[in-house]
Amino acid sequence: MEEKPKPKPKIDLNRVPMPRQEPRVRAKNYNEVALGYSEEMALQEANRCIQCPKRTCVDGCPVNVDIPDFIEAIRDNTMPEAVRILKSKNSLPGICGRVCPQETQCEQVCSLGKKGAPIAIGRLERYVADWELSHSSDLSSTLESAPSTGEKVAVIGSGPAGLTCAADLARLGHQVTIFEALHVPGGVLMYGIPEFRLPKGIVQGEVDFVRSLGVDIRLDSVMGKLATVDELLEGDYDAVFLGTGAGLPMFLDIPGENLNGIYSANEFLTRVNLMKAYLFPEYDTPIKIGKRVAVIGGGNVAMDSARCALRLGADEVYIVYRRSRVELPARHEEVENAEEEGIIFKLLTNPKQFIGNDQGWVTAMECYEMELGEPDDSGRRRPIVKEGSEFIIDVDVAVVALGTTPNPLIPLTTSGLETTRRGTVVADEETGKTVKDKVWAGGDVVTGAATVISAMGAGKRAAASIDAYLREES
Amino acid sequence: MYRIVTKEKLGPVTDFMEVEAPEVAKKAKPGQFVVIRIDEVGERIPLTLADWDDNEGTVSLVAMQVGTSTHKLACLKAGDHILNLVGPLGLPSEIERFGTVVCVGGGVGIAPLFPIARALRQAGNKIVSIIGAREKGLLFWEERMRSVSDELIVTTDDGSYARKGLVTEPLKEILERDKQVKRVIAIGPAIMMKFCSATTKPFGVHTIVSLNSIMVDGTGMCGCCRVSVGDVTKFACVDGPEFDGHKVDWALLFKRQQIYLAEEKRSLELWQSCHCQDA
Ligand SMILES: Cc1cc2nc3c(=O)[nH]c(=O)nc-3n(C[C@H](O)[C@H](O)[C@H](O)COP(=O)(O)OP(=O)(O)OC[C@H]3O[C@@H](n4cnc5c(N)ncnc54)[C@H](O)[C@@H]3O)c2cc1C
Ligand SMILES: Cc1cc2nc3c(=O)[nH]c(=O)nc-3n(C[C@H](O)[C@H](O)[C@H](O)COP(=O)(O)OP(=O)(O)OC[C@H]3O[C@@H](n4cnc5c(N)ncnc54)[C@H](O)[C@@H]3O)c2cc1C
Ligand code: SF4
Ligand code: SF4
Ligand code: FES
Repeated sequence: MEEKPKPKPKIDLNRVPMPRQEPRVRAKNYNEVALGYSEEMALQEANRCIQCPKRTCVDGCPVNVDIPDFIEAIRDNTMPEAVRILKSKNSLPGICGRVCPQETQCEQVCSLGKKGAPIAIGRLERYVADWELSHSSDLSSTLESAPSTGEKVAVIGSGPAGLTCAADLARLGHQVTIFEALHVPGGVLMYGIPEFRLPKGIVQGEVDFVRSLGVDIRLDSVMGKLATVDELLEGDYDAVFLGTGAGLPMFLDIPGENLNGIYSANEFLTRVNLMKAYLFPEYDTPIKIGKRVAVIGGGNVAMDSARCALRLGADEVYIVYRRSRVELPARHEEVENAEEEGIIFKLLTNPKQFIGNDQGWVTAMECYEMELGEPDDSGRRRPIVKEGSEFIIDVDVAVVALGTTPNPLIPLTTSGLETTRRGTVVADEETGKTVKDKVWAGGDVVTGAATVISAMGAGKRAAASIDAYLREES
Repeated sequence: MYRIVTKEKLGPVTDFMEVEAPEVAKKAKPGQFVVIRIDEVGERIPLTLADWDDNEGTVSLVAMQVGTSTHKLACLKAGDHILNLVGPLGLPSEIERFGTVVCVGGGVGIAPLFPIARALRQAGNKIVSIIGAREKGLLFWEERMRSVSDELIVTTDDGSYARKGLVTEPLKEILERDKQVKRVIAIGPAIMMKFCSATTKPFGVHTIVSLNSIMVDGTGMCGCCRVSVGDVTKFACVDGPEFDGHKVDWALLFKRQQIYLAEEKRSLELWQSCHCQDA
């Protein structure tokens, strides 16, 4: 046959939209908002990928998922192959496909992004993961596991960092035990991110996969209390990975903050998601259902709290954020979802104090108007109080979603760990190694509150480093 | 799952149980607590360790029936299981040789007081204990408390047993009589701890209380348990539960304990309407 120059692929800029529940319907239920691609939609979207030789998208993903390859497998309709490709780099694709901030990661650097229509990599990833779930052929057996090494590793925390590290170590032949403080595994994926954005069945499916690799998960185990890191190392374990997250809530430190009806986002979301307070009294854990709810903050945590408050039955829910819309740190899609559902954004607004009644309940919030000044360390323009601009917002529930820092329990009870002023544990960026012998750390406990995929990336890198160390030792 | 090994009634609304939790028993110290969740739909509730046995691998809990969770607990029998039990949580009590220590227990607070008094006695302190309750039926462990005390005073509010009156009355008498008292530990209902603190204040005797704020996780993650001590916000589950009673903002604690009053009532009524009452 005669060699002909390949025709330039025709570029299709019609990103296949994600089917979603109607805003008015979904604002009253906890079912997943985004419904997932059908086979047809997935094929259509996969066909848009031009299989660039430079594979820029792969560099945009913190765990370097072989994006063009799994997309090709979707195209070829070899779904088990797509699963295998995805899972060889990402043991939690069903989660990442749903919650990764794709617009700042893989999709940001997709070649088609320049034309305004990057491949919907996250949606395709979700499609593959959901396919696997509904075709429960035992795919874990298709992944080769190394022979047992006899080495024992303790992983503290079962969030994405811990689960990923444990999965990789188990595949490399080590015996892994995860210790988790709560009564379910999954970390923020279970207690923080709501059902309507990340169904808990999906998380538990991924956890079961990690268990199927031979990882033992011990719940109800608060390390630092039940046993210290030093005791683990003196006992059975050859190495320890700290994936304890950033679970300590920050408060505003303004007058009235301890009034009844004022929650940290952690408490509010834990009651709703982990304890299922939205099903009270069928479930025993109560929550105060506000009529007018203010959520202070602009990240994913704030969006999730606001949308939960709405679903609990609030008449009006506000997002109170001190910067402007462009600075909102939440995933773009979730800001849109929140707006569609009727959340009211009070931007350039910051609370000065909470006001309460005689019974100790919050009734209002006094706020300042803000304006933006020069950029600060974070590169974002600094919010400045407009003097004399105070005004009142009536509220009966307020949720403080300002961010979190690592829980000091492990650093306080472990000898020789180094921590920063922000309470994070110091660890090498490439390997996750801490300054303490035999101890690695990764995820939010090292970076402060970040993302699921960055926590997973850190878990992966630490697993590789722990494996290298254990093999050198033995 | 955590098996209930023994179960006993200490009174009409007070239940004692030993639960299998070997790792917790190994680590437990006086003043610490556990958080339990009874079943799949259950809430997480804190209960102080009333005792533990490292050899048997058990911890002892004493719970007073006040709402849904504690009623559910009362329905369980030896051999049944509690779904989740996590601990030991909170900071242990300070155990040192202080001199003379007065230990005051009100109602169900007698249970957590017992291991603290025992440890203080073993550390060489003279222990004067006062235990009291609203009425006779709510009193328990008089003999146990006597066994770890140099002197024991018992009161009931209604005079149905022993001395009639509140625990603050003998407390005041002891402080007037014995200038050697170096420390008072008061555990019981918030109102009782508040008045014990008020009683000791004029004498300038350091007073420790164990705050029973509403909790969820018990590990410092939610901030539900926040209390104000010396005008600083603290998380009772990790910074406490024991604090300086003279510095506690009691009004705030009372208000925050009432957050779910309406919901708790609804929950209990619903539960009672569909369950046996033979607990
Ligand atoms: C409401 C909310 C929404 C979010 N939305 C997004 C999103 O859309 N996209 C995204 O990418 N990221 C999102 N994030 C951030 C993301 O969830 C976190 O960055 C990620 O979960 C961090 O993972 P991790 O494994 O480091 O820690 P975590 O997920 O926090 O897990 C830590 C685990 O360790 C356990 N633990 C802590 N201390 C101990 C101890 N002493 N002993 C035993 N166990 C312990 C904890 O109970 C927890 O289970 C969100 C976070 C929140 C709170
Ligand atoms: C550190 C600590 C140790 C405790 N130790 C004991 C003990 O040894 N024995 C004992 O009988 N009780 C103890 N309590 C109190 C006990 O936790 C509550 O009685 C129990 O949670 C009530 O649950 P319920 O569903 O039966 O009642 P509910 O109807 O839910 O509540 C009744 C009352 O209990 C309080 N309460 C409700 N939920 C909680 C919660 N999650 N956490 C704390 N308080 C709550 C409320 O103030 C409420 O007024 C302790 C509390 C704390 C904080
Ligand atoms: S894991 Fe996240 S960043 Fe990586 S390809 Fe998947 S969606 Fe993109
Ligand atoms: S950059 Fe975009 S178009 Fe190119 S291979 Fe990756 S996903 Fe496909
Ligand atoms: S109970 Fe959640 S922080 Fe104390």
